[in-house]
Amino acid sequence: MTILVILIPVTLLMGIVGLGAFFWTLHSNQYEDLSGDAERILFDDDRPLPAQNVQAPAKLKETPS
Amino acid sequence: MMSNLTGAERTSAMLISGMGVVIGLTMAIVGRNDVMGAQGWIVLAFSAVVFFMVANALYHPEPTEDRTTSYYDDPTKVGIVLALVWAVVAMGIGVWVAAQLAWPGLRFDAAWSSFGRIRPVHTSGVIFGFGGNALIATSYHIMQRTSRARMPDQVTPWFVLLGFNLFCIIAASGYLMGVTQSKEYAEPEWYADIWLVVVWVAYFVLYIRTLARRNEPHIYVANWYYLAFILVVAVLHIVNNLAIPASLAGAKSYSAFSGVQDAMTQWWYGHNAVAFFLTSGFLGMLYYFLPKRADRPIYSYRLSILSFWGITFFYIWAGSHHLHYTALPHWVQTLGMTFSVMLLIPSWASAGNALMTLNGAWHKVRDDATLRFMMVAAVFYGLSTFEGSFMAIRPVNALSHYTDWTIGHVHAGAMGWVALITFGSIYALTPVLWHRERMYSAKAVEWHFWLALAGTVIYVFAMWNSGITQGLMWRTYTQSGTLRFSFTDTLIAMHPYYVARALGGLLFVTGACIGFWNVIMTIRHVSKQNRELDHPTSPKATEPVLPVAE
Ligand code: HEM
Ligand code: HEM
Repeated sequence: MTILVILIPVTLLMGIVGLGAFFWTLHSNQYEDLSGDAERILFDDDRPLPAQNVQAPAKLKETPS
Repeated sequence: MMSNLTGAERTSAMLISGMGVVIGLTMAIVGRNDVMGAQGWIVLAFSAVVFFMVANALYHPEPTEDRTTSYYDDPTKVGIVLALVWAVVAMGIGVWVAAQLAWPGLRFDAAWSSFGRIRPVHTSGVIFGFGGNALIATSYHIMQRTSRARMPDQVTPWFVLLGFNLFCIIAASGYLMGVTQSKEYAEPEWYADIWLVVVWVAYFVLYIRTLARRNEPHIYVANWYYLAFILVVAVLHIVNNLAIPASLAGAKSYSAFSGVQDAMTQWWYGHNAVAFFLTSGFLGMLYYFLPKRADRPIYSYRLSILSFWGITFFYIWAGSHHLHYTALPHWVQTLGMTFSVMLLIPSWASAGNALMTLNGAWHKVRDDATLRFMMVAAVFYGLSTFEGSFMAIRPVNALSHYTDWTIGHVHAGAMGWVALITFGSIYALTPVLWHRERMYSAKAVEWHFWLALAGTVIYVFAMWNSGITQGLMWRTYTQSGTLRFSFTDTLIAMHPYYVARALGGLLFVTGACIGFWNVIMTIRHVSKQNRELDHPTSPKATEPVLPVAE
């Protein structure tokens, strides 16, 4: 089964890439606010575009930061 | 559509399609004594059509819109329509294949219409043509919406979508002419394989570049499922298609591996193609469109992330369950079997997560056929993964292998899960994409749902019955230790089930045709609705997205 000499390393390599990606997610704080993350996809952007709404800049200032 | 491309973009589109024309012509000339020549003409014709469409619009006025204020949806729209066209064609051919198995005379004695040639047109057509286009189109939508950012450029998405469809056309037309390297789901020959690598790399880079532009710190889980789909399919495709062309002037090539080595590579590919093409990407669809449509967040987001990493790490090792009782070493079979059984856990976690999300919103499922498509898809996902883990157990496989039970399992997954989640997603997506209030006909969606469900159930039950009957007949011995039934006896026993399967398929295709009609009517006749808030977060207005209290 010499083929396994290729398939197993390739598979392991993909696993390592996956693991690397997983560690990257840990480092870049991907799991800080899971319930918020799940919920935010349900909303579109919160403001209409500035071009469509002349008062947008004024509104922006009001938002607490 | 062309009017949204700038002059520079039109020029590069012309350059790329011009290169396609040259490549097609080269193939046609070099391969003139082989079927490859005919394939070259197809490449040439396809590229020439794109070339002239762009050339025609070259000097039209350039777009003036501010690109940061909208998503780029043109390729998504075309992708959805293409997916539906492939669905109708490839499932229609599926019915023909099914009918040939019941009534072999339906081949009409032509070479191109023989079972061995139209069967791969069905499988590649549904998996790549229908599934692939749906995956590419929905991924374009999801990557932009969940990143709240527009795609980085406007040429790459077209290149990927059209390039992929060119691949599908070369594949399907090649099968009819007898071009195949005889590896299931990887039948296209070397030139098509090389082309797909180019397209696929561009797809991956486009995805990463879009994510890199995101205006939202978190990468939503659906994106991970799509990324795994793209990346793993690329690697599998490259390794499994390593081959030496017999001549650069012809289609024929020889695999780099031989015998059981080649079989192992093929099923390492084949199984993971199921895993990452027919499962991972569609889970991405499920995790985005189901919460969106139900208007409630996924039941456990944590679990969805866990099951992602679970599936990614387990699936890869399960391929050898396709080679039980072969020359493959016993321990490799056992490895595949073990991982297949473990795979049930992350699979059911996803199916359960989807159903729990709907718990408390059953009235929506009752009233909304679109949501019902997604719910039933999740149920079939749970069912087919349970069945798969069961069939992977060696003694069970001794009964199921080579029988129609496998075909039943395939279509419980492919029709019940893949096709239903896709139709549900298309119905959820179409009004958003074309800025329409709703689908043209809610009643037609309802009809489609029941036709699809009935078709799937008839198909799958027919194949379960036929498969188990067949398997048991094959292993029945007489007192003197000889086989009790001849092969012809089993064929006669299967005939009624084959008729039933063709009927189920016909219902399913009818549903798909209704769906296609409904989408076209929605685009053409439903009044527009302005979606003020569906736009990228403008970088100027970015506020910290984290809650203030932290
Ligand atoms: C209208 C519905 C459909 C019909 C009538 C149909 C019919 C068939 C038939 C007759 C076969 C050959 C079985 C054999 O060789 O014994 C087949 C194979 C296959 N079909 Fe379909 N099909 C349908 C839908 C789909 C869909 C939607 C998908 C995928 C998304 C799909 C994927 C496949 C695959 C992967 C195989 C190969 C199975 C194997 O080799 O084990 N089919 N189909
Ligand atoms: C936990 C998940 C799953 C496991 C463990 C599993 C396992 C299996 C097994 C044991 C076979 C039969 C191999 C043979 O006897 O030749 C098989 C065939 C197949 N399964 Fe699954 N399955 C799973 C999920 C799925 C899903 C969700 C789909 C489709 C969307 C699917 C599509 C297929 C196809 C297309 C084949 C036929 C391959 C061929 O022979 O052409 N499977 N699977």
